Amino acid sequence: MNVFRVAPPPRSPWHGRPARLVDVEPEAPGVATYRFDCGGPFHFAPGQFNMLHLPGIGAAAISISSAPDAATVGHTVRAVGNVTHALARLRPGAGVFLRGPWGKPWPLDALCDRDVVLVAGGVGLASLRSAIVAVGRRRGDFGRIRLLVGGRAPADLLYAREYPAWVRADIDIRTIVDRPAAGWPGPAGLVTDLLAGLDFDPRRTSLLCCGPEPMMRAVAAAGRARGLAATDIFLSLERNMACAAGLCGLCQFGPTFVCRDGPVFSHDRIAPFLAVRHL
Amino acid sequence: MTAIPPAPSRPRLAVFKFASCDGCQLQLLDAQGRLLEIADRFTIDHFLEASSRDLPGPYDVGLVEGSISTPADVARIHEIRGQCRFLVTIGACATAGGIQALRNWASAADYAAAVYARPEYVATLATSTPIAAHVPVDFELRGCPIDVGQLVELLTAVVVGRRPRVAPHCVCVECKARGTVCVAVARGIPCLGPVTQAGCGGLCPACDRECFGCFGPGPQPNLVSLTGFYERHGTPRDRLVRLLRSFTPWADDFRTESDRLEAADAAANAEPRP
Amino acid sequence: MSCSAAIGPPQWLAKPDFQAVIDALVAAGHRVVGPRVAAGAIVLDDVACVADLPAGWLDDQDGGSYRLRRDEAAGCFDHVVGPHSLKNFLFPAREPVATFIRDGAGWREQPLVPDPAPLAVLGVRGCDLAALAIQDAVFLRADVADSTYRGRRAGLFIVAVNCRRAAATCFCHSMQCGPAAGPGFDLAVTEIDDRFAIEAGTTKGAALLAAVATRATLTPCTPADTAAVRDVPQALGRWMHSRQAMPGAAAPRSLDTTDIRDLLFGNLEHPHWAAIADRCLACGNCTLVCPTCFCHSVEDVPDLSGDRATLERRWASCFTLDHAHMHGGGPRPTTASRYRQWLTHKLAGWIDQFGTSGCTGCGRCITWCPVGIDLTAEVAAIRAADARP
Repeated sequence: MNVFRVAPPPRSPWHGRPARLVDVEPEAPGVATYRFDCGGPFHFAPGQFNMLHLPGIGAAAISISSAPDAATVGHTVRAVGNVTHALARLRPGAGVFLRGPWGKPWPLDALCDRDVVLVAGGVGLASLRSAIVAVGRRRGDFGRIRLLVGGRAPADLLYAREYPAWVRADIDIRTIVDRPAAGWPGPAGLVTDLLAGLDFDPRRTSLLCCGPEPMMRAVAAAGRARGLAATDIFLSLERNMACAAGLCGLCQFGPTFVCRDGPVFSHDRIAPFLAVRHL
Repeated sequence: MTAIPPAPSRPRLAVFKFASCDGCQLQLLDAQGRLLEIADRFTIDHFLEASSRDLPGPYDVGLVEGSISTPADVARIHEIRGQCRFLVTIGACATAGGIQALRNWASAADYAAAVYARPEYVATLATSTPIAAHVPVDFELRGCPIDVGQLVELLTAVVVGRRPRVAPHCVCVECKARGTVCVAVARGIPCLGPVTQAGCGGLCPACDRECFGCFGPGPQPNLVSLTGFYERHGTPRDRLVRLLRSFTPWADDFRTESDRLEAADAAANAEPRP
Repeated sequence: MSCSAAIGPPQWLAKPDFQAVIDALVAAGHRVVGPRVAAGAIVLDDVACVADLPAGWLDDQDGGSYRLRRDEAAGCFDHVVGPHSLKNFLFPAREPVATFIRDGAGWREQPLVPDPAPLAVLGVRGCDLAALAIQDAVFLRADVADSTYRGRRAGLFIVAVNCRRAAATCFCHSMQCGPAAGPGFDLAVTEIDDRFAIEAGTTKGAALLAAVATRATLTPCTPADTAAVRDVPQALGRWMHSRQAMPGAAAPRSLDTTDIRDLLFGNLEHPHWAAIADRCLACGNCTLVCPTCFCHSVEDVPDLSGDRATLERRWASCFTLDHAHMHGGGPRPTTASRYRQWLTHKLAGWIDQFGTSGCTGCGRCITWCPVGIDLTAEVAAIRAADARP
C-alpha cells in the first residue's frame, strides 16, 4: 500500500456528473443503447453501474455496457418504468446526471489464464458486453472464452451486429431463443440448455452470468452440478436502489447491500440466500 | 406499467361531477397559488363549479367526482369516458361509492319514500357504486376530500409524462413522518390508520382524532388482526362496524370486514344466555 | 455499561438550576429540545425552561399500549423512551438533499438552505446513544458524504440521562446498551432526590459545564456520592437482569442474543414467519419509531413548470410494497417475507453490515406496534423451535 496516497474525498450519492446524450441506437424492441458524453474520461470497470438521473423524473440503476476506454458512456436500457420511458423520449443534446460508477465489477483480473463462460439472458448481456470488449482487448490473457446468449425471440438478442467482431476476437458465441421466429437457424429453448451442451473443464473454468434472477439461479445450479466451484461462478444481481452507496437500504439481499457488496457476487457468498423464496 | 406519453404543451382539463358533495372540486379551487400554476399549465375547458366557460371535448385529462347512483349517471359516465384521454376519479365517492353507499345495506326505495313526498319522481339506482364499476379508469385519487398535494402531483406527472406517485403504504407512515403521537397506542382510540391508504398526510390523528378510513383500504390490509386487537382491548364490535362503514363503506376490504364483524355479532347475540 | 463514560467526577446541581444548562446551551447558539408532555405522550420538542420537562409524569408501556400517568414522586426524567428519538431530528422524515434548475437542455444544481441552528437534546438515554452510534456508522462513512446528516451531527450536543426506571418494553440490558448512558454524551445527568449529578463526557461538555458554573452553583460529589450516582443505573440494570416484577413495575422484556445471527439466518424458512404475518399489519410503525432504521427513498419532486426539481429524501420502510420495488414486482410480496426482512436485518444482517446489532433494546417497536407484536417474543418462539439441522 502506498502510504502517501491521499484518500479520495467522500462522494455524494446524490450528485452526478453532468452528461449529454450523444446518440441512441435501437437494439431490440423496447431496448436501445444511449451514449453519453461526460466532457472527459469516465473511469469504471466492467460490471459496474451508474445511477442514471433525470431531474424531475427519477434515477435508475443501469449497468454500463460500453467499453471501459470508449469516448462515451453507454447504457443499454429497456423502457419499463418512469425513468427509462422518460429516457426513451430524450433527444440528443439533452442533459442528465450520471451518478457513479458504483459497485463491484466482474473479477476479470482474477480470471487470467482461465477459461471463461459468459452466460447472458435478455438485457443481462448489457452488463457483460463491457466485459466482453475488455477481455477481447487482452485476449491473450485468457483461455477459451465462450458466450452463451438466451433471449425470448431472435429480435430480442442484443448487439448481434457486434458478433462478427467478437468471433474475430476468438470468442465462441452460441445463441438460443425461447420463441424462435421463422427462419431462425439456431436452437430453441433456454440458456441452460446451451450450458448443458457445453464441454468445459470445471477446474479451469469461471462462469459469469447476468440475466433474470430465476435464470441465474438455474445457471448457477447447473454450473455447480457440472463441477464448477461456487467461488468460480459470478452473478450480477438487480435490486431497487436510491443511492447506490449503501445508505438507502433499499437493495438489501440477505446481509448484503447489492449496490456495494455487488452487483457482482460470487455464488458462494449468496447461494444460501438465493435459494430462499421472497428474500 | 404502461408508458404515459407527456401531455401536449397545454393539455385540456375537464372536471365532472356525479353524486357527491362537491368537496373535492372545492379542494381544487382551494389550491390557491397552486390553482394558478395549474391554470397556467392546463386549459380548463369544463369545470362548471369554477367557470361558465364550457367547451366540448375531447379532453386530455378528465377529473371525475362523485359516485354512480342514478340511471342517468350510468349513461353520462360512458359518454365522458369516450371524451377523456386520461380519466381520473377523485375522492371517496368516485373511487369507492362514498358515504352514500351506506344505502347499499338498506332499501333505496324505503329511503325515497321516507324523504320525498312524491318518490315516484325520483329515479335512483338501488346502490351507489364507484366509477370504476362502470367504465375503465386510468388513475384514482382517494380521500374525502382528495389531497391537494396529490392532485398537483397527478397533474405534474401528466405534464412531464410519468406515472403519478401515490405511495403504496398506510396512514401510519404519514403520522410518523409528521411526528404525530399514535392515538390508538397512546389513547386506546380505535383508528383505521394501519389499514388505510395514505395520502391525507395523517390529518385526523394530527387533530387528536382516529383515522376514519376516507382514503379507503391500503395495500394488503390485515383487518382481521387489527379489529381483533381492538376487540380484545374493549371496543365493541358494533362500534368497529360503524368505524368501517363511514366514508368508504363499500370498498371491498372494509365491506367484507364490517360484514364479518356484523355476522359475528349477530351470531354471538343469538347464542342463548347461560 | 458498568464503567462510566464520564471524563470527570460528577457534580451536584440543584434541580431548578438545570435552567443554567438550558441557558448556557441557548447562549452557545443551540436549539434545545427535550422531553415534553404532548398529545398523551412524552415527545421531543423545544424546551425553554426546567418547568417544560415532564416532572411528575410516568409512562406505562406494553405491546401496542402507551399511557401517561401522574406520579408526584416522579422526577424530570423518570419516564422512559417515547415515540420520538434523535432520528427525528438528525435524519428527518423528509428533507431535500439536492435541488436542480433547468439550464438550457441540461440542469444546474442549486445550493441547499442550511439548517438554522445546531441542536442540543436533553434526556438522551443509553439506548438512544447507542442508536446514535449505529446511525453514525451508516451515515458517517469515510467514502460517502451524506452531507445533511453529517452537518447536523457535527453540531449536535447531547445531555444524556442515566435511567433509574425501565418500562415493561425495555430490554437495553439484553443489548448491552443501557441502562447507564454509554459513551457519546457531552453531559450526563443522574437524578437523585431533588438534585442532579451532572458530569461531562467530552471536552465540549466540560466547556459547557464551565459556562454553567458561571450561572449556578456546582458542588463536587464526594467519592461516596459518586459511588451512589454510579449505582443508580447499575441497580436498575441488576433488576432488569433479574427479570422480576416489582410493585408498580412489570418485569422488563429481555432478548437472548446468543448466536442470534446464525439462529435467524438459519431459520429463514421457519413456519413462524407466516404465523407472525397473521398478526402483522405491515404498517411499518416498528421501522418508523426504531431509532436505528435508516432505509430511505429519494423522490424527484418537480414543480409544475417542470423547470425545477428537488431530490427529497423520505423515510422508507421494508414493510411497504414499494421498498424493494422493481419492474415486474418486488422481491417480497408477502407480509411474512417483509417481517422476516425487518427482523433478520435488525438482529442478524446488521452484524454483517456494521459489526453490531441494529437493535438497542429501546422497545419502541413493541409499544408502537398497533397490535403489540413483540420482537423478543418472536425471536424466542423461533429459538424454541429452531429448525436448523
